[in-house]
Amino acid sequence: MADNTQNTTANGRVVIELQNVRRDFRVGDETVHALRGVSFKIFEGEFVTIMGTSGSGKSTLLNQLGCLDTPTSGEYILDGVAVRSMSKNQRARLRNRKIGFVFQNYNLLPKTTAVENVELPLMYNNKYNAAQRREAAINALNAVGLGDRLDHKSNQMSGGQMQRVAIARALVNDPAVILADEATGNLDTRTSFEMLVLFQRLHAEGRTIIFVTHNPEIAQYSSRNIMLRDGKIREDVINTSPLSAAEALAALPKPQDD
Amino acid sequence: MNFINLFKVALRAIASNKFRSFLSMLGIIIGVAAVIIMMAIGQGSKESVRANIAQMGTNIIMIRPGADQRGGVRLDPSSMQTLKVEDYEAILADKRFVTSVSPEVSASGQVIYGAKNTSSQMYGESLDYFDIKMWEISRGETFTEDDIRKNAKVCVVGTTIVKELFGDESADCLGKTVRFKSIPFRIVGVLKSKGYNNWGMDQDNVLIAPYTTVMKRLLAQTFFSSINCSAVTEELTDQAIDELTTILRTTHKLKSTDDDNFTIRSQQEMMETMSSTMDTITVILVVAAAFSLLVAGIGIMNIMLVSVTERTKEIGLRMSVGARSIDISNQFLIESVMISLTGGVLGVIVGWLGTLLCQQFGFPTSIPLWSIFVSFAVCTVIGVGFGYIPASKAAGLDPIEAIRYE
Repeated sequence: MADNTQNTTANGRVVIELQNVRRDFRVGDETVHALRGVSFKIFEGEFVTIMGTSGSGKSTLLNQLGCLDTPTSGEYILDGVAVRSMSKNQRARLRNRKIGFVFQNYNLLPKTTAVENVELPLMYNNKYNAAQRREAAINALNAVGLGDRLDHKSNQMSGGQMQRVAIARALVNDPAVILADEATGNLDTRTSFEMLVLFQRLHAEGRTIIFVTHNPEIAQYSSRNIMLRDGKIREDVINTSPLSAAEALAALPKPQDD
Repeated sequence: MNFINLFKVALRAIASNKFRSFLSMLGIIIGVAAVIIMMAIGQGSKESVRANIAQMGTNIIMIRPGADQRGGVRLDPSSMQTLKVEDYEAILADKRFVTSVSPEVSASGQVIYGAKNTSSQMYGESLDYFDIKMWEISRGETFTEDDIRKNAKVCVVGTTIVKELFGDESADCLGKTVRFKSIPFRIVGVLKSKGYNNWGMDQDNVLIAPYTTVMKRLLAQTFFSSINCSAVTEELTDQAIDELTTILRTTHKLKSTDDDNFTIRSQQEMMETMSSTMDTITVILVVAAAFSLLVAGIGIMNIMLVSVTERTKEIGLRMSVGARSIDISNQFLIESVMISLTGGVLGVIVGWLGTLLCQQFGFPTSIPLWSIFVSFAVCTVIGVGFGYIPASKAAGLDPIEAIRYE
């Protein structure tokens, strides 16, 4: 069934492929099965939400997708590269080149300007020199609408601005996939919609986005929705008519105090 | 990440915790400064001792009666009377590596002039003595060979004697007669002042008279208390000692199985002994100071461990955007090396100022240049050594846990 839904959206290259991925943890004498055989493919240009309650294995899945962890069994192929047998350093390089992370609590470097924060992933890429790094960072910040706040420090910004910097940081290395972990979790409704507008725009520009969340509302704005429960996929549906976040934002009552 | 960037990151981390970084540097500053000051004092003292000894002449060889006895062995009086005129004459006749020879007898007692008196030491010497000990005459002249032959009651005096007996150093004393142990001596010359030596002895509080006079008229003895010689050059001291040993063993009619009944010491040997004593003292001082560097290193390790814990989240972030373990450990290693090296630089400055201060208080000091290089080397080693554990702790973090660390 899952294969059928995927084939209908087969509009290009497979970016992510999970083959019966299992992940077990040993807690004391017991073995916890966080993922019990998860398989799916994500194609270039998809905007996928991965939903599930806590304990559903969604964080474990995110760690797998982000190459922060490796499967106990099964295989994960990211942009044509098999991840399971990779060393720690090889995975670090893979993350650096192919993945853009957006975290729930932004995780910006304190007392550091927006540009420098965005430059961070390129610091670990020898192909970029200082000038190229800065140029790429400025482009990424322009793309998220922060072109006028390049040299603002992280502690001088609002939550929404910080998350935009974090998204710019995820874009700067031109990744194969953007992984967002509860990226709107710490933001108010209005700012959350602003972020969704941004994600939808990036999606429209052809980016592949995976958005991990426990908030079912967000699923309405994505092109595909994967539901996890007890370490297994319970539902994998294509959303043929995602809502427009821009319209939802416009429909929100204007903030009273401004 | 390349080194310039690592350097910038480390600099920022240090700058964002200025006070804390300074406190951990303080240990290094104090340690390095202490090591440098101790080395400077040690080196300075050594140089001043050497200079003092060199001033007395580096090629001097002293022959004393009796075997080289150490510890509390009571000297056999007969062995103390082994240096005789025959020995002196034999040396004069056979010397090749020795230039000047002067037998020495000495007596201490009161010198009296008019109503004034002072206690002093009279040395009976030959003319060569002035060459051996590098004494110069500031006024008048030395006694003559003739005076030695005639047991003449003449003497050359040090400036302290002039000052004590005649009021001041430049007082007219030539031709005046002073009494030493009730024997009158006419002053024929005044020695150029040498000042105090390293052991605080006033070298100018002396009277020098012909050895014949002192032996016959003053002490009524037939033996010398020592014979001073000078080797042709400092380098030939060892040959000169061998030569003197051969001569004396012959005149003393010692069998090849007998031990020497005299002792020959060279100034060079004394200088080496003094130097090595000073070296030992320096080493002790420096080791004590170095322990404070060790403590400082532990202080840095402590701070770095705190810093790693505090920045767990940052480490997690860096790892998730692609930092390898080596990037993370380099980052923290460079930070600790920077703290210790900055401390080292400041320590050298403080040490240098402290050395100047010590000089003001009268310590002889001299900063050996290598001590500065050693300080830097030690600081780098401390930075890497004590930064290693915190750095590998940081590098070993699991990015999944680190990024969620609160």
